[in-house]
Amino acid sequence: MTATEFRILPRLTDQNRHFWQGGERGELVFLRCQRCGTYVHPPSPICPVDHGKDLKPAAVSGRGTVAAFTINYQPWIPGMELPYVIALVEIEEQPTVRVQTNIVGCAPEDVFIGMAVEVTFEHRPDPNGDVWLPLFTPRAGA
Amino acid sequence: MATSDAYIEKRCVISGAGQSDVARRLGRNPLELTLDACLAAIEDAGLEVSDIDGLSTYPGAAAPARGFSGGGAYEVIDALRINVGWYDGGLETSGQLGSVIKACLAVGAGLCNHVVCFRSVWEGSAQGSGGRAAVGMGSEAQSGPFYASGMTEYALPFGSASAACWIAMYAQAHMHRYGTKPEQLAQIALNSRRNAGLNPKAIYRDPLTMDDYLASRMITTPFHLFDCDVPCDGATAVIVSRAETAPDLRKPPIHVEAVGTAMHDRPSWDQLKDVTRMCSHDAAAQLWSRTDLKPSDVQIAELYDGFSFLTMNWLEALGLCPIGESGPFIEGGHRIALEGELPVNTHGGQLSAGRLHGYGFIHEACVQLWGEGGARQVEKPLEVAAVAAGGGNTCGCLLLTKGR
Repeated sequence: MTATEFRILPRLTDQNRHFWQGGERGELVFLRCQRCGTYVHPPSPICPVDHGKDLKPAAVSGRGTVAAFTINYQPWIPGMELPYVIALVEIEEQPTVRVQTNIVGCAPEDVFIGMAVEVTFEHRPDPNGDVWLPLFTPRAGA
Repeated sequence: MATSDAYIEKRCVISGAGQSDVARRLGRNPLELTLDACLAAIEDAGLEVSDIDGLSTYPGAAAPARGFSGGGAYEVIDALRINVGWYDGGLETSGQLGSVIKACLAVGAGLCNHVVCFRSVWEGSAQGSGGRAAVGMGSEAQSGPFYASGMTEYALPFGSASAACWIAMYAQAHMHRYGTKPEQLAQIALNSRRNAGLNPKAIYRDPLTMDDYLASRMITTPFHLFDCDVPCDGATAVIVSRAETAPDLRKPPIHVEAVGTAMHDRPSWDQLKDVTRMCSHDAAAQLWSRTDLKPSDVQIAELYDGFSFLTMNWLEALGLCPIGESGPFIEGGHRIALEGELPVNTHGGQLSAGRLHGYGFIHEACVQLWGEGGARQVEKPLEVAAVAAGGGNTCGCLLLTKGR
């Protein structure tokens, strides 16, 4: 995994903690409509499909597919080791849910669209609440 | 035009266009640049400030990053003591040109007769010596504890700190699906630089070769340095007027034939249904539903190029080439050159003429339709221009005509 000295962390709120801290238990977590089963991301107070308000955090398998990616060489943020791969990963349970993430655990030039990946978490301690960033790595055996 | 006469944008014309000085860095009061552009456009239309009774701007005074706004609606209304029948300034609209389209709606609704519409930036000065990252969305990280929230919450923690990264992923996916080649993408930048060489106000005017392009620094694949527009200082304004006033105006009116504002997808850069398709397709489809003209009628296209791929996206969205075929369409650059069958970004686009953020394109379309392009004027007589700005979920477009 790329050793990155610095990351800008998300501002934790009651609405997003499940996503950013699910990694403490090794889980990728999204809000899920308890009535129709739709995963909702980013978090919303209402299900976009049936407008139900009973949404609860639910873990998914952590498996996904690279839908798009870019190898970034530009030092936008001081302290991030270059280059790094930014990707959109579609989750297995519901491909309409995409996460923007980094692909780690392989050379940037080995990333491809359609690549099978699985989640891995990068723990970032922070005084305002630790964050476990969901990153993705090539899926073993895929 | 019988089937579509009802649409109220057809009651509007663009009567004047103006621009302040434009440069990489001017170091001047941004509001002064804004007022220079507004006054130039008002004069261009043959109007007095006292004739102006509407004002529209993007994004308004509240800007998400330094240099992103050189003045809001209230500042300009107050500086020029305009009595407005209607005004608006805001970011949540169909791209930068959404502000021009809103002006058309207000004129069509009878709220005002002459609307000054403007977009003003000072990103060149704001960036100082810090480079582009200094005005990016992570810039505040340098001034103390900073946490990502709002639209960047799910991007910044992964170093996805610029629209360059977001749009690069669309470009990469387009290459994957349709076989688009880097040398084809390059033609957007090369074409813009050729045209900029003929535009005295353009920022980068020296010739750019394919070798220069391919050897330039990679920013985020597939975008090289020259695929990214250049932050600058400058303001641009156009006047939207009620068509009935045209006989009293100085210049031949440019008619607003149709507009497109639709967004049939999530307001997001990373949750759109298809990673090769943006809301530009929705806006463009709506535009064509409001006119009897066809894509084949378009003679010039001024298409947003904040990043080069966006121009290709708009070519496809507007039906100026088939979906997926913008690469072959622009290959070699002849078709989109000034002397080609569809001249594109005739002033040099934002890549070479400066990131005037959407309004540079509508200004240039007017300049070309009025035949005022000087060395870069397209030779054939022009009647129909397509103008588009934005990308991702923030897209708007207009079809402009003259003498029809």
